[in-house]
Amino acid sequence: MAGPIYKWFDERLGLTEIVALARHKRIPVHSQSFWYYWGGISLFLFLIQIFTGILLLVYYRPGSEAFESVRQITYVMHFGWLIRSAHSWCANLFIFTILVHMFSVYFMKAYRSPREVGWLTGIALLFLAAMFGFSGYLLPMDELSYYATKVGLQIPATIPFMGAFTTTILRGGTEVSDFTVQRFFALHVVILPLLFIPLLSLHLYMVQKHGNAVPPSEEAKPIAARKSIPFFPNFFQKDLAMWLISLNVLALLASIFPWDLGKQADSLVPAPAGIHPEWYFMAPFHMLKILGNFLPGATGEVVGILLFTIGLAIWVIIPFYDGENKAGVRGRNAHYFGLFAVAALIVTTALGYWGIR
Amino acid sequence: MSDPVLIQSQPDVDTPFEEAESTPTRRVFLGVAATAGLCYVGAIGYPIYRYLASPAEMAASESAVREVTLDKAQTLPLASALMFHFGSSPAMLIHGADDSWVAFSAVCTHLGCTVKFEPELNRIHCSCHGGVYDPHTGKNVSGPPPKPLKAYKVAVGATNVVVSRA
Repeated sequence: MAGPIYKWFDERLGLTEIVALARHKRIPVHSQSFWYYWGGISLFLFLIQIFTGILLLVYYRPGSEAFESVRQITYVMHFGWLIRSAHSWCANLFIFTILVHMFSVYFMKAYRSPREVGWLTGIALLFLAAMFGFSGYLLPMDELSYYATKVGLQIPATIPFMGAFTTTILRGGTEVSDFTVQRFFALHVVILPLLFIPLLSLHLYMVQKHGNAVPPSEEAKPIAARKSIPFFPNFFQKDLAMWLISLNVLALLASIFPWDLGKQADSLVPAPAGIHPEWYFMAPFHMLKILGNFLPGATGEVVGILLFTIGLAIWVIIPFYDGENKAGVRGRNAHYFGLFAVAALIVTTALGYWGIR
Repeated sequence: MSDPVLIQSQPDVDTPFEEAESTPTRRVFLGVAATAGLCYVGAIGYPIYRYLASPAEMAASESAVREVTLDKAQTLPLASALMFHFGSSPAMLIHGADDSWVAFSAVCTHLGCTVKFEPELNRIHCSCHGGVYDPHTGKNVSGPPPKPLKAYKVAVGATNVVVSRA
């Protein structure tokens, strides 16, 4: 590809350096290599969210006309139902994929030195993704959105000292209203993307710089015994295949199970039976409920929040606890804590859903 | 410490069966990929096009309107105009000083601005670029407009005025 056009761009953009870098990139091959796809799939789903989000932005109106504009998108604009379904389904798949990615990184101990920044940026990205989900969920302003948001805002309200203030600012008042929709819209479309994209760039740069981590079992092998394939074209081709599968899954889900629109939110109408937050908030929600009931009264709530926060904190700073490349007590403890976390999340999510039967 | 540097390249790690079956040529692969790609582009592009074109399609069906009934418009004073929508585009009903009734599209034929009836100057004027039309015939008399304003048929009734396509 050394034509004159390539040469012109190369002299100005330094393409050859980039190509050389790409040629050298290799992906380790071992029994856990399957998990290497999930970060890329998360990225792909995020790009789909930007794409479908922009399309929805063409017709969405925040504020008092929110519900009506979503009604028009869903029932009047040609294929609006499909674009909205894709966006809603992709949001759920996106969070699911990020969780798979995070847990696979955790259990492969890919947070260890020198990948701590990758881990920390990843946690921040997870938090932002949850905020994307939370803010986006309100935008249609149907009954489900309204009550899920009302209930969901109880989580920041539990933060000591700052809680009530933060919640009021987020909500734009004491009740979920048109002001809330417009704030959440600004969050969802401008503020969160402006935070997410640079963080994501840093996260991806960390992966390029340090390469893919291998699990401890693989690290124990001598270098000569470790296998790998070139990123380009071998892994890249498999990566694209996984993206294609994800796209197909999304297309099938969006078209066969289109997203519904409930009745318009009305604060005078009592909360519908079985109201609950989306599945990815069910676990923290239920955990806070359970932890808050260990001890009675206000003390109980504070203790509950404290335990929950400590658990989160351990998760976030795990690279500093289990940072060394040695099998040992810390490595094993981290592993058990991870198993406990997965179990806790699954159990509390299930309990949460069981509670609304 | 961070990335294991490999001594030999092993691109065949994941194609153990290449001796058993014939692999497609690059040409065939590219052909299949391009066709599949086109199908995907179409399957995604078509709904997006229809989605984005929805308002245009809705306007087109609206502009299939053949007549508009203006209630109480028969009371329009002499030497004055009533602006209304014919389908989705602006139009004007003019009750002339000589008791004539005419109706025109109010879309300037130059670049689409909405024109204004000026009875004191006996003209229809477009402020965007100074186009002037005759208020009785809609003919473009001065300025950049290349064509006259589209005229409608007017039927004045006892309780309304019906404007329809000429």
